[in-house]
Amino acid sequence: MELVQPGIGLIFWMTLAFGILIFILGKFAWKPIMKGLKEREESIDEALNAAKIAREEMKELKFSNEQLMKEAKEERDSMLRDARKVKESIIDEARDKANEEANRIIENARESIQYEKMAAIHDMKNQLAELSIEIAEKIIRQELTQKGKHKELIDNLLKEIKEN
Amino acid sequence: MPRYIFALLLLLAVSLGYGAEKESHEATHEASHEEEFNPGTMIIDHVIDAHEWHVMTIGHTHVSIPLPVILIHEGEVSVFMSSKFHHGHDTYKGFKLETHGENKGKIVVAETGEVPLDLSITKNVAAMFISMIILSFIFISIGKRYKKRSGKAPKGLQSLLEPLILFIRDDVAKASIGEKNYEKYLPYLLTLFFFIFFNNLFGLIPFFPGGANLTGNLAVTGVMAVFTFIITTFSGNKNYWVHIFNTPGVPWWLKIPVPLMPVVELMGVFTKPFVLMVRLFANITAGHIIILGFMSLIFIFGNMHAGIGYSVSVVSVAFAVFMGLLELLVAFIQAYVFTLLSALYFGMATEEHH
Repeated sequence: MELVQPGIGLIFWMTLAFGILIFILGKFAWKPIMKGLKEREESIDEALNAAKIAREEMKELKFSNEQLMKEAKEERDSMLRDARKVKESIIDEARDKANEEANRIIENARESIQYEKMAAIHDMKNQLAELSIEIAEKIIRQELTQKGKHKELIDNLLKEIKEN
Repeated sequence: MPRYIFALLLLLAVSLGYGAEKESHEATHEASHEEEFNPGTMIIDHVIDAHEWHVMTIGHTHVSIPLPVILIHEGEVSVFMSSKFHHGHDTYKGFKLETHGENKGKIVVAETGEVPLDLSITKNVAAMFISMIILSFIFISIGKRYKKRSGKAPKGLQSLLEPLILFIRDDVAKASIGEKNYEKYLPYLLTLFFFIFFNNLFGLIPFFPGGANLTGNLAVTGVMAVFTFIITTFSGNKNYWVHIFNTPGVPWWLKIPVPLMPVVELMGVFTKPFVLMVRLFANITAGHIIILGFMSLIFIFGNMHAGIGYSVSVVSVAFAVFMGLLELLVAFIQAYVFTLLSALYFGMATEEHH
């Protein structure tokens, strides 16, 4: 029967001791344990957050690096393009100048040729006049000797002159 | 820290054991009559409280640890060791240990047979003190560890118990009471859980510092249930009392003129802790009785013939081992259920209207 009859003494001691146990454990065990657990959880949370932020910063950094790289590439390209343009313009200019010079030289040459030509023609005319006079002299000298051949000779002479 | 605990326990056991030895010599010649084996008496004697911590009986020599007796009778306080009774054979200071009848095992006034107010340190009280000392040592040392190693990973005993602490905090307290109020009840719930769990396990150890059927005692489970009841009642908010006296969602004719629902609800307030008390008591005591029953079988058959006793012992021990394993599970489940239900009641008491 005692199985279901709680003893007064046990109830008294249990109430007293259990109350004290709750108080002692609550003050000296659960409080620091809960505080420690919470602190650790918070520090883990913080670490995770910091890692996340770092990762994002890294991503941003990478992005900005890429941006920088892209810009540098573009700048290089544009510089190259400019250089090419300058080169072409220099070449063009040089070519133009050379052409001009050549044209000028040709013109000069042409002019001098014309001049020489005129001089030559003038010279030829003088010589022709002298030859004509010579021919006339010869013709006049041979007039009495050979009638038939006479004419032939003149013709030949004339032909020669023409050819000259 | 655990080393100190063991050292302390050892010291306690040795010193008490010495006392027991001395006392047992005197008792030798007293117990001369042949005792018939009675399984019912044996089992009940093992699961109830006692004034001495029985360790073993060799022949007719009872080896037990005497415990202090504190009696208050007619305004007078008497304090002496239970060994003065010599297992119920002697009368001391006008008191005697009743060996049969209605008050068997209790201390009564020798002449009149009435029961004085008995505040003795009985077997269960002693077991409770021992378990509380061990619990305090364990958890205070862990608490120090948390302070010292704040922010670091748990280590040793700390990592063994941390999952349980987190389990009670997150899956019991936080889940049942809610994020807002749970912290207030956490010290009580954790103490409750570890006290029950620890004593359930200690009750399974068949010899000295274990062996007391503490959580299988109505007084102990009752006190814990009353603690839960008081905390629930005092933390009940307006919504909680409205739920009891004017339950919403119930037809009016159940409340007026005959207040059927309020009466049922009010009864519920008291049956909840009552059920808590009985559930833990019944589960733990039943487990102990079954194991003891298997053990009794050996002696019942052994009384018929020694050979049968030996062959039955194989089966009995196998079943007892199986029950022991089951009891390990029950030890955890019952501690969990008691804590969870307490947390649920606190949750009901503090729930906001929604």
